[in-house]
Amino acid sequence: MNRSATTPIAKDPRLFGNADEPRDQLFYRKMFFIRRFEESLLQLFDEGVLNGTTHCCIGQEANCVAIAEQLNENDHVFSNHRCHGHYLACTGDALGLLTEIMGKETGICGGKGGSQHICSEQFKSNGILGGTVPAAAGIAMAEQLKKSDNLSVLFVGDGALGEGIVYETLNLASLWKLPLFIVCEDNGWSQSTPQRLNMAGDIKPRFEAFGVPVCEIDSKDVVEIEKLAASEITAARETMGPRLLLIHTYRLCHHSKNDDSRPAEEVEEHRKTEPLIVHGARLDDSVRSQIENDVNEALAEVIEHARILP
Amino acid sequence: MIFARALGDALHKLLETDERVVVMGEDIADPYGGAFKVTRGLTTAFPDRVRTTPVSESALTGLSAGLALRGFRPILEIMFGDFVTLCFDQVANHISKYQAMYNDRATCPVIIRTPSGGGRGYGPTHSQSLEKHFLGVPHLRVVAASVYHDPLATFQDFLSHDSPVLYIEHKLLYPQHVHTDDEPQTGELMLSSSGSNGDLPTVSLSAVPREDCTATVFAYGYQALAAAKVIEHLAVEEEIFVELLVPAQISPIDFGPLEESVHVTGSLVTVEEGPGGWSWGTQVAEHISRTLFGKLRRPVNVLASERTIIPSARDLENEMLVNPAKIEKAIREAAS
Repeated sequence: MNRSATTPIAKDPRLFGNADEPRDQLFYRKMFFIRRFEESLLQLFDEGVLNGTTHCCIGQEANCVAIAEQLNENDHVFSNHRCHGHYLACTGDALGLLTEIMGKETGICGGKGGSQHICSEQFKSNGILGGTVPAAAGIAMAEQLKKSDNLSVLFVGDGALGEGIVYETLNLASLWKLPLFIVCEDNGWSQSTPQRLNMAGDIKPRFEAFGVPVCEIDSKDVVEIEKLAASEITAARETMGPRLLLIHTYRLCHHSKNDDSRPAEEVEEHRKTEPLIVHGARLDDSVRSQIENDVNEALAEVIEHARILP
Repeated sequence: MIFARALGDALHKLLETDERVVVMGEDIADPYGGAFKVTRGLTTAFPDRVRTTPVSESALTGLSAGLALRGFRPILEIMFGDFVTLCFDQVANHISKYQAMYNDRATCPVIIRTPSGGGRGYGPTHSQSLEKHFLGVPHLRVVAASVYHDPLATFQDFLSHDSPVLYIEHKLLYPQHVHTDDEPQTGELMLSSSGSNGDLPTVSLSAVPREDCTATVFAYGYQALAAAKVIEHLAVEEEIFVELLVPAQISPIDFGPLEESVHVTGSLVTVEEGPGGWSWGTQVAEHISRTLFGKLRRPVNVLASERTIIPSARDLENEMLVNPAKIEKAIREAAS
């Protein structure tokens, strides 16, 4: 039963850029990498190569790229079922994640975790909504006890805010001043249910009621989000208490696979302002094409490599 | 020394010798020191790593998970065993899964300890033994305190392994004397320990050698102590001799010592305080019936409490719970 998990994390500069790359290009590259990775997953499902299910973040890539840009290597990230973007933005480990989702022993968790149960030294995800919140708070408490200045970063969606354990944890995190940086990606839909059918009141005051400072943005622009993330994460390191960055965003893809019953016109409207369109417009066509070619080429290699790995 | 003090001293020692240990629980701050006083003195001695908490069992269990994932050794007190239902999602879907689903890339050695059981008149929601709902959860150890197992050695065992643990402390054990290794006898019963390599020991008690016993009684927690008194009485007064086996770990079960005993005695009674059916004893009966089918003189008798609420009134509670009279009746049948 024990499968070895020794896949080295290779950060291919064609996917993940390098230190010299202008930030505008780097952001586009990373977002396009995550987009194409997930689109490739959906193709591999159609091919019958993948087993089970998956939850893509297509349309939300600006969030993870912006946040990851501001983290240190010792910060820890806890994610949810929709974790591919978070993981790739933090690690660049396309091959480890793909082989994991393909159920291979070379996957980051030996194929046991699959799409939504990912682990590396500084990253975890679990598929039970809300239950990840206290775990991230516990990691924050570990950093507090070690007297480090590392943050525990938590990604949650608006749907998870229906779980009571979230509010128990907010109370604890605020009471004990735990360095927990929460990113709430509010995409307005819990699977197939619109927010107006499952949420009373607003998100912001739910956190403020516990004394957790909230910063809110309605944007799919990676530059805007990153600017705000920079100031909020700096503030989090100074205060070492819990904070919320609330990002109103939109998921362009279905919740998992073939389960989208949202109005087509609503989805189409959001395509006009999705992260790749907004940020891609800042780049010259030739630069953008070059980045896209780099990513497509590198990902094709990753997929071919993954197919032959055990 | 009484069990409550021995356990409190053990926690103190662990905090003193192992900086990874963190103790949390509701109302554990001094001077109150916890609902059953086990943790008295700890917040004063270790203010950073011992914390009194809000009434938030679910989040505290999850918080412990995060601490454990980052190398700490959280020990979480749940004030009453009845409240462990509030921890269940964190135990079943998070804590017990991490190491396996992450393919050993992380461990989550959370220890949850909780005062359980009836006999104090606390009624339907403060008297239960709910551990059976956690038995068989993969990768979780469920361990029951007894007066025959030193709490310090037990917790040292927990800290030397990576598995998460649910540790059940029957409330009636707190004022009882804990037997130490240099006491080979309790009343008329001789004590000995056995266990497969690395497992917590199973303690054997009997008035005569195993070869002269006509039944085996398998019991844990406070019911093991209750059974020992019945067994001693039957030995002294009526020369009915049976062997009592008391495991510390009740899931997964180390069946070795039990099989060896039943192989000789040919008869088995299990005793537990939780409600009957879908229980610890039924699992033991299934195993022994399968492995020792030809050696049993009679079917395994699984003794448990009635399948209803635990009433507050003393006489009704006593009637509903497993009790010495029921244990005695079962032993007489099994030994015949």
